[in-house]
Amino acid sequence: MSQFIQQLLNGLFLGSIYALIALGYTMVYGVLRFINFAHGDVFMLGAFTGLYLNKLMGPILAALPWPVAILIVLVLSMAICAALGILIEWLAYRPLRDKPRLNVLITAIGVSLLIEYTGQLVFGATQQPFPAIIPKVNVGGLGGLTVTMTQVIVSVTAVALMIGLRFIVMKTKMGMAMRALSLNPTASSLMGVNNSVVISFTFGLGSALAAAGGILYASLYPSIEPFMGILPGLKAFVAAVLGGIGNIPGAALGGLIIGVTETLVAGYSDVLGIPSGYRDGVAFVILILILLFKPSGLLGKVEREKV
Amino acid sequence: MKQYQSQLALIIALAVSLGVSLCSSSIDDYYLDIMLNVGINVLLAVSLNLVNGHTGQFSLGHAAFMAVGAYGSSIVTLEMGAAMIHVFGGHGWFAEGLTFLIALSIGGLCAAICGWMVGVPSLRLRGDYLAIVTLGFNEIIRVVLQNTSGDGPFGGALGLKGIEPYTNFFWVFATAAIAIYTISALVNSTYGRGFLAVRDDEIAGESMGVNTVRYKVIAFVTGSFFAGLAGGLYAHLRTTISPEGFNFLKSVDVVVMVILGGMGSTVGVILAAVVLTVLNEFLRDFEQYRMIVFSLLLIVMMIVRPQGLLPATVFQRRKQA
Amino acid sequence: MLEIENLEVSYGSIKALHGVSLKVPQGSIVTLIGANGAGKSTTLRAISGLIKSRSGKVKYDGEDITNLPAHKIVAKGLCHVPEGRMVFANLTVEENLRMGAYLRNDKAGVAEDLEFSFQMFPRLKERIYQAAGTMSGGEQQMLAIARAIMSKPRCLMLDEPSLGIAPMLVRSIFEQIVAINKERGITILLVEQNANLALAISKHGYVLETGNVLLEDTSEALRKNPQVREAYLGG
Repeated sequence: MSQFIQQLLNGLFLGSIYALIALGYTMVYGVLRFINFAHGDVFMLGAFTGLYLNKLMGPILAALPWPVAILIVLVLSMAICAALGILIEWLAYRPLRDKPRLNVLITAIGVSLLIEYTGQLVFGATQQPFPAIIPKVNVGGLGGLTVTMTQVIVSVTAVALMIGLRFIVMKTKMGMAMRALSLNPTASSLMGVNNSVVISFTFGLGSALAAAGGILYASLYPSIEPFMGILPGLKAFVAAVLGGIGNIPGAALGGLIIGVTETLVAGYSDVLGIPSGYRDGVAFVILILILLFKPSGLLGKVEREKV
Repeated sequence: MKQYQSQLALIIALAVSLGVSLCSSSIDDYYLDIMLNVGINVLLAVSLNLVNGHTGQFSLGHAAFMAVGAYGSSIVTLEMGAAMIHVFGGHGWFAEGLTFLIALSIGGLCAAICGWMVGVPSLRLRGDYLAIVTLGFNEIIRVVLQNTSGDGPFGGALGLKGIEPYTNFFWVFATAAIAIYTISALVNSTYGRGFLAVRDDEIAGESMGVNTVRYKVIAFVTGSFFAGLAGGLYAHLRTTISPEGFNFLKSVDVVVMVILGGMGSTVGVILAAVVLTVLNEFLRDFEQYRMIVFSLLLIVMMIVRPQGLLPATVFQRRKQA
Repeated sequence: MLEIENLEVSYGSIKALHGVSLKVPQGSIVTLIGANGAGKSTTLRAISGLIKSRSGKVKYDGEDITNLPAHKIVAKGLCHVPEGRMVFANLTVEENLRMGAYLRNDKAGVAEDLEFSFQMFPRLKERIYQAAGTMSGGEQQMLAIARAIMSKPRCLMLDEPSLGIAPMLVRSIFEQIVAINKERGITILLVEQNANLALAISKHGYVLETGNVLLEDTSEALRKNPQVREAYLGG
């Protein structure tokens, strides 16, 4: 039993990171109706920004208490990646506004590959260790369960960011404009909303969350490389579809479900009789199942494509 | 006479590839290898063009279907090849050729079945879902193959080796010619007008009674079948295959050919496949920049010239004039 | 207040407007009538910046606003209630109204106008926390008008406010349109298929046909014009 709870907890920690990435997919889909393929790569850039910040400010960070240090790294890398996300939208996607969706999709694939291979050139192709800013201690030992400090920080940060996002989307003017734009861009512009500004803001917000996801992921699995964004990105996308694409609470829920299922499949691979290497296939099976049975997702509404 | 033009072209192409094949021993091995590569890539590009160009869907997992075909046909020749050759009358061009033909077809059929299983759930939805599902399928095929047992029929992460080198000039170019013929015939038939309706306007097509999902599935399954054949040819050319050889990047290579040539333009796509394969060969030393250039090409093409370098309309206009 | 000169609009190679000119004097209600496809909605969309015009001028308060982006035109006090209402279906009634006040920063003023909206259309108050998409067409039309008023416009363009709405509600909506004009001094450009009703509340009218202004006169005169009577007023 305690092993099951342990696996469940591990799944939730991982799932909360998937949820952070999934939120970005879902928000961008909400305002622009397209899948931002490069989102997983912003997640990778977040981890590398963290690494380089640590290299750059190592002595200063070491002198600070670790919670302050991780907060500084987190906030700075979120800000840098938000700026990158806005830049990507402005350079690659904005020229294609009102163009066929397929063109935007192809561009997004191009952007994704460009980031990965430029990353390979700049950061090197090999795995790099991510600095342990959070001390490696166990905090919970109740009933044979182990919970590390890193896991606690990961889940607390993820939850705090999701609450923050909910506040922005539900309570601020910009958040209301985001919702209005995703429902009807024509009407929102007739309300005086500058849609371009809102789209930039959405990209910035989504990228910042992906960056935070990258730092947290790298803290859990402290070995990073330029292609690390592909699989988590893909799984987070499945999470977004599972929750109902365009639906913010759905993305968070979907992320948790994917994280838990994947961890359970890996943890009980001998019982289930499938190699633990198949854990990466779980998300894909879930994707096929949702597309077959409930393409609108758990919390989403059916949407008919308009002419 | 005019109606038999394309059949005639096909027969000529088959004869020429047989002829070249018979004297292929006089061609330098290095150049012959490049030519065979070109042929396989043309086959891949033309078959992906049926999906991404003619029906306006978007598949990112062509290498996965190639992998299915490669593994399927290789397992047939490795496990049952000797027995089949014996049944067909012992060694000789006939028995080996028939064995290879059967193996290739089985590989292609496996790929087509996978295409059907992937296509049916995702093609009911909008184009970008197919992109993600095929990308996911590509990753999954790789992960699953890597996790098979090393001494089982799939060979695990190291893959398969010692595959008979059956692939030669004739097989490659005959298959490519048949693929081009079949796909052109499909697209140009009255039946094939449905494909174009799907691409040009899905909703309008549907309201005119075109069952868009059916056309999309037919196109996708046909494309997967030919990708499977390309995989079989590739396996029996290289004689070793591994899961890594069919990763996402292999799919992207094919996508770049289709986009550069012009989605929906068979001639443009064939030319792009030829040029890019040859270029790749000469740019091997710049491998690390290759994908950067490819990705920039994708982005710039979409912004500046989304119809490709040799769009289909160029040829149509010429035909009318 | 609003002056349009020779406005031309094309959709691809199809010309939708062939040089439309019209004037909306300050404080008045002006009606634009015409059959389906005559270019009424296109005219409004070109004025409010939703589509770009090929040539011609749109002047608002003497200022050239031709082809400004839509959000900048709203900021100048010219608000467009589009055809089909376009309320934000998943937002509540209150959120919809607050979206109308998106560009305003005077909290007290916004609260006051919110009250005014509820006075104008008491039904909206009953449904304040309801998602706008769940309301009837008539209620959505009320919301769309109230939402536009929230931006404190000096000129309002209404596109087919009676379309698809129960006759009883149409009456009360038109009463409110007159009240908005009289009490708040908002100039109104009204596009309607229901020419009878529209000409009854307006001073001046234009008749549009296939992208051209066919007739222009006082509403009184248009209602008596035999040509108009036959084509648009049901004989």
